[in-house]
Amino acid sequence: MSDVIVIGAGVVGAACAYYAAAAGMDVTVLDRGPVAGGTTGAGEGNVLVSDKEPGPELDLALLSNRLWRELAAHGGFEYEAKGGLVVAETEQIQRQLVALAGKQGVEHTVVPGGALHDYEPHLAQGLAGGVFYPQDAQVQPMLAAARLIRHGAESFGHGALRLRTGVTVTGFLREGGDGGRVTGVRTDHGDIIGGAVVNAAGTWGGEIAAMAGIELPILPRRGFILVTEPIAEPLIRHKVYTAAYVTNVASDSADLETSGVVEGTPSGTVLIGASRERVGFDRTISIPVLRRLAAQATALFPVLRDKRVIRSYCGFRPYCPDHLPVIGADPRVPGLLHACGHEGAGIGLAPATGHLLAQLLAGERTDLDLTPFSPGRFA
Amino acid sequence: MSFEITVDGRPVRVTPGQSVGAALHAAGITSWRTTRHGGRPRGLFCGIGVCFDCLVTVNGRESQRACLVEAMPGDEVTTS
Amino acid sequence: MTHETSHDTAHDTRHDSGYDVVVIGGGPAGVAGALSAAQAGASVVLIDAGARLGGQYFRHQAGGRPTGHGAERFARQCRALESRATLLLGHKVWAVEQDGDGSITVHCLEGRDERPVSVTARAVLVATGAHDRPLPFPGWDLPGVFTAGGAQALLKGNGVTAGRRVVVSGTGPFLLPVAAGLAAAGASVAGVFEANGLFGLARHPLLAAGKAGEAVGYGAALARRRVPYRTRHAVVAAHGTTSVTHVTVARLDPAWRILSTRTVECDAVAAGYGFVPQIELAVQLGCATGHSPDGSPVVAVDAAQRTTVAGVYAAGEPTGVGGAALSELEGRIAGLTIARDLAAPGGSLDHVPGVLRRRAERLRAFGEALQHAYPVQPGWQDWLADDTLICRCEEVPLAAVREAMTLGATDARSVKLLARPGMGWCQGRVCGYAVSCLSGEPTTQAPRRPIAQPIPLGCLERIDDEQPR
Repeated sequence: MSDVIVIGAGVVGAACAYYAAAAGMDVTVLDRGPVAGGTTGAGEGNVLVSDKEPGPELDLALLSNRLWRELAAHGGFEYEAKGGLVVAETEQIQRQLVALAGKQGVEHTVVPGGALHDYEPHLAQGLAGGVFYPQDAQVQPMLAAARLIRHGAESFGHGALRLRTGVTVTGFLREGGDGGRVTGVRTDHGDIIGGAVVNAAGTWGGEIAAMAGIELPILPRRGFILVTEPIAEPLIRHKVYTAAYVTNVASDSADLETSGVVEGTPSGTVLIGASRERVGFDRTISIPVLRRLAAQATALFPVLRDKRVIRSYCGFRPYCPDHLPVIGADPRVPGLLHACGHEGAGIGLAPATGHLLAQLLAGERTDLDLTPFSPGRFA
Repeated sequence: MSFEITVDGRPVRVTPGQSVGAALHAAGITSWRTTRHGGRPRGLFCGIGVCFDCLVTVNGRESQRACLVEAMPGDEVTTS
Repeated sequence: MTHETSHDTAHDTRHDSGYDVVVIGGGPAGVAGALSAAQAGASVVLIDAGARLGGQYFRHQAGGRPTGHGAERFARQCRALESRATLLLGHKVWAVEQDGDGSITVHCLEGRDERPVSVTARAVLVATGAHDRPLPFPGWDLPGVFTAGGAQALLKGNGVTAGRRVVVSGTGPFLLPVAAGLAAAGASVAGVFEANGLFGLARHPLLAAGKAGEAVGYGAALARRRVPYRTRHAVVAAHGTTSVTHVTVARLDPAWRILSTRTVECDAVAAGYGFVPQIELAVQLGCATGHSPDGSPVVAVDAAQRTTVAGVYAAGEPTGVGGAALSELEGRIAGLTIARDLAAPGGSLDHVPGVLRRRAERLRAFGEALQHAYPVQPGWQDWLADDTLICRCEEVPLAAVREAMTLGATDARSVKLLARPGMGWCQGRVCGYAVSCLSGEPTTQAPRRPIAQPIPLGCLERIDDEQPR
């Protein structure tokens, strides 16, 4: 018997479990695979405030940004507060970027075209300018998820936070029949009883919801990443992306959209994204997508032309039609809470999601109004 | 029959058809790269292009597998 | 001359959809497959990264000839193929894809300049062979330590011996020709250490009958040169600072736990514990996989070498390691099947002569028996120290692999995500088997490597301008 059962050992599930355990609850995390084996394991580790329109998601991102810095202080995983540089190809785009930065009210520096190379010496010539966001950061998401769970287990009393991998949830235990309060989960390893159940199954959150007889419209939005050879001298200092990334993130199109996103990692590799397309859970390589990613990256950093791609992988972002995550208690199913549907921002938004959900579970007032993220908006 | 290439400026004799890596090994050079973290020496290991231990720069072209690249007269090989 | 008629027809279609068949790999399976498909009337292109046909088994020096069992026959096949097919040597395949209409596009980098080149065909034969399966041990990343196949390639392809005084270690019959080759080339072979017992070989009726002749031949050659051959022994550590100067050789119990050790001086080690079939291209095309008796993932094929994906065929080691003779047979069968399916798609087997099928079955059973006779025993994990590198590329020590498992990694992939073994240049080709064993997987998972060879971004961005071949 746990106070809370968290379904999903990705970074969001790990954060929910961590903050719930910190609040004194007894938590069990279940995952059908290993820790961080789903979308968390296919992410770049973005902790971004720069790409968010003003509104509830930006508020969530700012809270999360602060929490990530606190969590990183515990150590055990890579966290780089290196800042993000959004660049504009034309003067018109630069004016739009500056206008957006003004509305966001986030710490930033407008960078004129002539000063871009002070930030990124290898950036292409001829760009109109950019905006630098010092709060943008990068985290190694898999290790972060695993370490959060470990740190939670060690900090809040052994037995307070348990991870069970290789356990597949097959249904819910309900009080007094199908419509009743959730009292636990059925799994392929037997029933597990809990006071509340958190659906942190990411892209598969809709499938978990369906087991409770409700609909969550979460769809996979595929993204490819190219990984270069490890490069001895760091060529790229910040997370660098083009303005098109912001519009692509906010787009509803099912068709392929790509934008140049380039960043180095502590291991020396350069990660190159980002593509978005809704094609279900199809892992088949798309060479035209890889070609576009390569072209966009070398347009930003011509020095990358001589560097080799050694790997490519794809992942499935949990996409909601309104681009907002689903965070909160489900009004249709007492005892079931959701923490999923973060699309491509799950790594960045995980700590705030876990923190707010833990406040909700503890019956406290939440630091942010959860209404915009309410599961009830789909009811 | 044999010809010369240079490795970091030093001449190395090559029998035609030999790979750059084989020529280096035959010349008594068993390692020509160090690892990023531990600074460990690396040379040939798998010999067939699988392990990437033997990387060199050939005529300015970076990250070539020395075991796969057939040496040509006058090749300039640099190591890291 | 029905051959010529269908050949002409095939040429006409080349302009629309390239060749009838693209064969990837120029070893025994690829050459036989290409030749039998071409002789049956198909237009064929064969691609290989090497400068010469031969693959690993028939690797030979420039201006030289393949040697070994079946070399004459292989050379004849190569000559016959030259006039019947397009040969694209020096072409590294970095990706392969299948269009909605089933046609195959193979993306290559040509030559030292790595020009992007593409080849399209109606069918593909994956004949990509295998590479060594090393096991880590302390010091295995010292220069002078080679895979067994690496030492062999250095010798056969370049005429260079791995060292002056070489120790050969590992398991399986491949150790014998490696040692014999080194000894014949003038190296002093300080010992051949076979981790398994010999009785496995002798007790198996199939093996005793089949391989005895060859093994006795190598054994006699080694005995003439007074090369010690010890079973239940292995190199369990290599020592030196800039390169190997000596090794620790252990006497092993049947589970490969160390019973006693001694030191042997040497300047090179050739170590091999079987082979890993190279199947990533078939995996990328969506072919179903299975496992061979030694736990390696292999491409699943029917008795006519068809994979589970229409238009995709596999022959040789990718379907299970069985040696050059079996590879050639599978290649021949695949070539016949491809020609047959191009004319009349279907699942028929009756186009394969019974004699070929029976010989292939016999050799396949023999290959599987060998894998049973030379298993990798779990005791090798006791040879490792906490700081022994498991992943050479990313320099991941054993301790980091073990820690990833305590953090919730349950298989090789999740260990990779947490601790990075397999994330580097070789993409887990070298350490994949070891990580799989250490993470407790019963069998190694099929590799997902959509980019099969490193490709410069400057080439990748220009693939729309690829030269069609």
